[in-house]
Amino acid sequence: MAVEATTGSDLVITRRSFRSFMSEVFGPLLQVFLFVIGSAVVLGGIVLLLALALRGARTDIDLLQGTITILPQVIIDGLVRGFLYATIALGYTMVYGVLEFINFAHGEIFMVGAFVGAFFSAALASSGMLTTLSPILFVIAAVFLGMAVSGLLAMSIERVAYRPLRGAPRLVPLISAIGVSLVLQDVMRMIAVNTGLGFNAQFRTPDLGQPLVLAQMPIADDRTIPVSIDSRSLIFIVVAIIMLIGLNYLVNITKLGKAIRAVAQDRPAASLMGIDVNRVIAVTFLIGGALGGAAGILFGMRVGSINPYVGFLPGLKAFTAAVLGGIGNITGAMVGGIVLGFLEAFVASYLSLFTRGQFSGASYADIVAFSILILILIFRPSGLLGEVVTQKV
Amino acid sequence: MGWNRWEVDGECGKVKGDRGRVEGRRWRLVAPVCRRDARAPGEQKGGLVAGKLWGLKALRISRRSNPSPIVLSSWFSMPLLELKNVHTYYGSIHALKGISLSVEEGEIVTLIGSNGAGKSTTLRTISGLLKPRQGEVLFRGERIDHLPPHKIVEMGVIQSPEGRRIFPRLTVRENLEVGAFLRNDKAEIARDMERVFHLFPRLYERLNQRGGTLSGGEQQMLAIGRALMGRPRVLLLDEPSMGLAPVLVEQIFSIIGDINAQGTTILLVEQNALMALAIAHRGYVLQTGEIVLADTANALRENKLVQHAYLGIG
Repeated sequence: MAVEATTGSDLVITRRSFRSFMSEVFGPLLQVFLFVIGSAVVLGGIVLLLALALRGARTDIDLLQGTITILPQVIIDGLVRGFLYATIALGYTMVYGVLEFINFAHGEIFMVGAFVGAFFSAALASSGMLTTLSPILFVIAAVFLGMAVSGLLAMSIERVAYRPLRGAPRLVPLISAIGVSLVLQDVMRMIAVNTGLGFNAQFRTPDLGQPLVLAQMPIADDRTIPVSIDSRSLIFIVVAIIMLIGLNYLVNITKLGKAIRAVAQDRPAASLMGIDVNRVIAVTFLIGGALGGAAGILFGMRVGSINPYVGFLPGLKAFTAAVLGGIGNITGAMVGGIVLGFLEAFVASYLSLFTRGQFSGASYADIVAFSILILILIFRPSGLLGEVVTQKV
Repeated sequence: MGWNRWEVDGECGKVKGDRGRVEGRRWRLVAPVCRRDARAPGEQKGGLVAGKLWGLKALRISRRSNPSPIVLSSWFSMPLLELKNVHTYYGSIHALKGISLSVEEGEIVTLIGSNGAGKSTTLRTISGLLKPRQGEVLFRGERIDHLPPHKIVEMGVIQSPEGRRIFPRLTVRENLEVGAFLRNDKAEIARDMERVFHLFPRLYERLNQRGGTLSGGEQQMLAIGRALMGRPRVLLLDEPSMGLAPVLVEQIFSIIGDINAQGTTILLVEQNALMALAIAHRGYVLQTGEIVLADTANALRENKLVQHAYLGIG
């Protein structure tokens, strides 16, 4: 170009200020944090009010006392569930962002991640290294392995099962996704059963240490009970937070992230900027799959035993979380996951307490999750953080 | 026609396959440079330089292995951009029925015509968003009609699409950065961004505002600025005046003239034939997928048909 750009200008435009960097990386996390606090406070308040209201009706136990006693554990449980749904929901929401397509096989990507961890731990156990390996090293290796396998798997699925259907009506890739999901479940079942891992695969870990006691909570009669968080939950939360920071950096700061957002907002226009749209879509699947795989590893580590169908329900709930937060919105997926996790944890713990064990909360928590899905779809399809997309002409 | 001629000054060097970046644009040589004064390629005795040296009028290559610089310069005997008998379909609808046109380096060429005449379709075909079913699209003599859009952008054919198509949730700065997606030269990108802000000071005021919150005129400025960030060899502008207030239209058109005066070749699609013909060198009139008139802008302005149908005269 023969144009000589003006030199010596005083405009400072190249360097991103430290403040904007921090706000772009940590801003969404701050929002998530606020929702964590908000959910805990609101739901805690509701159960305390309920306990006060129902106190008179119960003579067998002090309902208020019971409510307060389990509250810290419920909040921790909510956090773990929340981060589980958040990490999986990110995969749904990112793929939806670039393709406007719900990847219903994502729950199975998560399941495959969990199985990668189970295979890894079984291999270590058979070589006798499992007990000697440092727990931190084990966690890091397992998470990276799960991320790699699940990420590549998600990318291959896109290439084989979705890309050829790109021009087809929207229902077609959706059905293809359901097909992929069933195939993955049963292929994993075949592999697990025939490799000695078994249908119910054990996910063994090195000794991860004792629960961490955060505080002593006084209850009546001068006794105290410890408020503790078990090491697996702690690992889950820490790794999830690290991944969310990494993702925010990737999406909001890097050139690749800008390309992903551009493709999500306007695919043809992005290709007119020189962005290889197919590559960006593949990378999006890779990232979403890697997050799902990491979530699978952490999940498997926490529950200890997995089977090829463990991906189904968390997958659907994470989808609910993504819709709750506003599908296509990355911060929304995190927030939706947190809110859903807290709701579920509270229902699971307090439903049986308040109904004298007539309803087991744990088995009815799903009702809450999917009722929310229906209500959101009816009353606020754009979700908690979703923007109503308006096309200005 | 069809070949570039390179004048080579320097040592006989085996530069075939040589590649690099100049002004942020990639170049690659497809045949060896071999004589002090190479003649037209294909002429054996003069030495061969069949160059695909994308888009550089003059170039100095100095390589560590070859201390004496080879200076290549070229003139193009072919149009920068050429469409030959292009047929494009939307499904079964025959949208372009054999379009042939050419854009020479340094020109503003305009495509005028009414709604649905195929103006935007022509640009979309050039950019690779639509594949012609028949015919050729050539850029510097090279066929580009089979390439995906991002490859065409990489060659320097950059479009500012109809309806602006700003990324609504990216900031102004990010929109411009995405426009320079294929470039890695940070300092040059920053200089080009400054240049865009000199053309459109309003954009600098809106630097950290989201694209979707801009007014229509600002969005149009951003769309043009974003396309400039890719350092176009040919800038394809689709309806830059659409939906803008008359005063803004004049402003935008005068800036388009400036951009051209600074050396960028422009293919301008417009419904506002009056404005388009005022700044263009040549023009084509499109009617239902066919070119019905091709002439210099002045001649078209005088043309009875154009006056009647597009300028509202007579």
